[in-house]
Amino acid sequence: MLDQNRLTHLQTLEAESIEILREVAASFERPVMMYSIGKDSSVLLHLARKAFFPSKIPFPLLHVDTTFKFREMIAFRDRTAEEYGFDLITHTNQDGVRDGINPFDHGSSRYTDIMKTAALRQALTAGRYDAAIGGARRDEEKSRAKERVFSHRNASHAWDPKNQRPELWRTFNTRLNPGESMRVFPISNWTELDVWTYIYSEQIPIVPLYFARPRPVVERSGTLIMVDDERLPLNPGETPKQEVVRFRTLGCYPLTGAIRSDAADLPSIIMEMQASRTSEREGRLIDSDSVGSMEKKKQEGYF
Amino acid sequence: MSAIPATADNSLDLWLAQQTEKSLLRFLTCGSVDDGKSTLIGRLLYDSQLVLDDQLASLKKESHNRTVGDEGIDFSLLVDGLVAEREQGITIDVAYRFFSTDKRKFIVADTPGHEQYTRNMATGASNAELALVLIDARKGVLTQTRRHSFILSLIGVKHVVLVVNKIDLVDYDQETFDRIVAEYRAFAEPLGFKTLAAVPVSALRGDNILRLSENTPWYEGEALVPYLEAIDVSEDRTREKFRFPVQWVNRPNLDFRGFSGTVASGTIAVGDEVLIAASRKPAVVSRIVTMDGDLDHAVAGQAVTLVLDREVDISRGDVLSRPGETLDYSNQFQARVVWMNEEPAYPGRSYLLKIGTQTVPATITDLKFRTNVNTLEQTAATKVDLNEVATVTLNTDKPIAFDPYASNARTGGFILVDRISNATLGAGTIEFGLRRAQNLTYQSFDVNREVRAQMKGQSPRIIWFTGLSGSGKSSVANLLEKRLTAEGRHAYILDGDNVRHGLNKDLGFTEAARIENIRRVAEVARLMADAGLIVLVSFISPFEKERRLAREIAGDTDFTEVYVDTPLEVCEARDPKGLYKRARAGEIKNFTGIDSPFEPPENAELVLHGAEAGPEVLADQLHAFLKL
Repeated sequence: MLDQNRLTHLQTLEAESIEILREVAASFERPVMMYSIGKDSSVLLHLARKAFFPSKIPFPLLHVDTTFKFREMIAFRDRTAEEYGFDLITHTNQDGVRDGINPFDHGSSRYTDIMKTAALRQALTAGRYDAAIGGARRDEEKSRAKERVFSHRNASHAWDPKNQRPELWRTFNTRLNPGESMRVFPISNWTELDVWTYIYSEQIPIVPLYFARPRPVVERSGTLIMVDDERLPLNPGETPKQEVVRFRTLGCYPLTGAIRSDAADLPSIIMEMQASRTSEREGRLIDSDSVGSMEKKKQEGYF
Repeated sequence: MSAIPATADNSLDLWLAQQTEKSLLRFLTCGSVDDGKSTLIGRLLYDSQLVLDDQLASLKKESHNRTVGDEGIDFSLLVDGLVAEREQGITIDVAYRFFSTDKRKFIVADTPGHEQYTRNMATGASNAELALVLIDARKGVLTQTRRHSFILSLIGVKHVVLVVNKIDLVDYDQETFDRIVAEYRAFAEPLGFKTLAAVPVSALRGDNILRLSENTPWYEGEALVPYLEAIDVSEDRTREKFRFPVQWVNRPNLDFRGFSGTVASGTIAVGDEVLIAASRKPAVVSRIVTMDGDLDHAVAGQAVTLVLDREVDISRGDVLSRPGETLDYSNQFQARVVWMNEEPAYPGRSYLLKIGTQTVPATITDLKFRTNVNTLEQTAATKVDLNEVATVTLNTDKPIAFDPYASNARTGGFILVDRISNATLGAGTIEFGLRRAQNLTYQSFDVNREVRAQMKGQSPRIIWFTGLSGSGKSSVANLLEKRLTAEGRHAYILDGDNVRHGLNKDLGFTEAARIENIRRVAEVARLMADAGLIVLVSFISPFEKERRLAREIAGDTDFTEVYVDTPLEVCEARDPKGLYKRARAGEIKNFTGIDSPFEPPENAELVLHGAEAGPEVLADQLHAFLKL
């Protein structure tokens, strides 16, 4: 009987995350959940459905569309929204669209600043959201490892890592002054392996880009970039090749590196991941611009 | 590292099942600056083969000019995440790390050793089952070692491993190790840890981390990792009394009303009777709802939605228990508090207290003693400073449901939040309830405020004047009282100076005394209003917190805050009592406006501009505003 009563590691993590999501719904006036369409977002969405069942998720999901997301991501997003019937808000930085901002002419850093970080700030300000739920995990990156579950942001959405509120037990301080907001990370304590094993055991749908398929790619300084549409400028003499690749992380297609892999289903992905000797965010080009670049982005309001 | 199956057939299912059946150990590392905490965690990650190729490459690049082990790596770089830390070479915040072995999954909180950040250690400890207390073998037990061990016992961490690090730097000397362990055991004896082990290690070189080292043949215990894999920390929360703090009322439509929350302790089954802590009303659990289907029973740690068999008034903050096993329900209790803010805690000041899902205003009514964290001595105190631990009596505005922390950490630990900045100021653990809510009730009399007010033909109220010395508060109050008296009303002035000659003559001018000064005057004002009077309080009352306290004490009595806003230059030029001159000469300390701040009210009902009109005009303005 007692053994039956002991929760497994994943059950413990699930319950903790649900508790955090409910705390957000109960404590804030205008919460929103960031929906990036990736595997962590899929887990977050699944947890939110569980947290409030039989009620619907009592807050909208927000997708910041940089206009360069993989087409399969957008299709998956719209399908998922229809199937679960949640309230989906999408936002694109119209100033960036007007100025034709793209990662090719303006560089990954400026493009990300405008289409992602500034766009997010715009969307949060426009929606007057006082809490934004995100799928970041502490095992992803060094500066994330120190962030609180309920992470305070000042009126300009900035994070002050030296002045974080102490967070004891699961007694979260959710109080804000006017204009301030909270970023909330319900899956802070999950690892990448936890996420994959949870997706596997709960059979959570994810974007097919995670699975190995033949896809048109070009190789640039060691990174495989998928030619998702005709906007990707090809260098002289460069022709896309069909290769069996998959993605460990999803973002804007010109900035997301694919890996050569035969892992076409979940068990193979988990196996490959366990055997892999490269950390998850390596495929994301924005992190390697400079040492501490993620921390800098976060202070500016990036998730 | 976990073994990986060779093929993706059903052996993977087996392997995945093993993954989820591993137990979880949450531990924290603490100790003094430069004891090598980050290096130890880096070593654990490296030895568990969790350092990935790209991380390793960037680490080697960053490790030049630093102390490195045989692997050519400064392991602390793995965990010292923030740029500021890398520059200062110290860890300034709690960092969480994850690693796993064949037997266990581990979540590690790396907590700071620098004194300034001790509060973060309490944070790390609050979610940990075990602590590694690091000691530099060359330095032995230090002040921080004692402080952290005391906080561990305060937060209720039951299992401690004393890690005597840098043993290589004392030539693997057994005597040094034995001496340190003996000293620590003597200190930790009264702290009541359930288990206390000691391991000599070198995090940099790897001695006694994964396996026993040849360099310490005299050491008879286990290596660190095997010890952590094997130790039993399970305190079966399912065997404790059932506690269910209601987090969120789940009401999708008129046909469904459920109460969502996490079972804090114990178990609950369909058909069980529960009792609501506040109203003492009983009900029976009719369904335990989850998206995966209804359950027949739920256990500690599970997040569920309970449906009850009858309509009962339950909202967020209510706590469900079983009849006969109820929580304490009181508005006064004794607690130990760790203070985490630059601004000290004072008796009399009002804070927000959050315990579980309940949030209520609370006041420290009595500061019993401060505990010296180095000697565990108890000394008298008038305030609690940053990183200090004190035993206090707390009074909440309304009763809360709780357990003593020692019997249930989930329902006995609380945080205190600043009412203006919303910062988390401190954390506390309840020792016991003082049962005032049960024993001490308000006597209600037949003649009440309404009756007395009717006799006098007026609405009793408190008019609270705030402003600098010489701003004109007393002059305006005086004119208003004269006018009210002429109109046949009953009014009374409580003046700051006058009250200090009598009621408050025992109080000085320290911050603690000023708070008490305001508290007493506010209580007197409330009593006078209760007697049917219009009370005019003329008090500099320079701090927003104290004005807020006065407003809270007034309760449902009509409270009007009047800010007499006269610029300092004007007040100083008037200087009716010659006080500014003396303050400028340094004869009076802590004088508002000179060497003590005045926080202009943001929520005053009325602002009178003392430099723009004489007291008669201001009194007219106020009289008109009051619409008596």
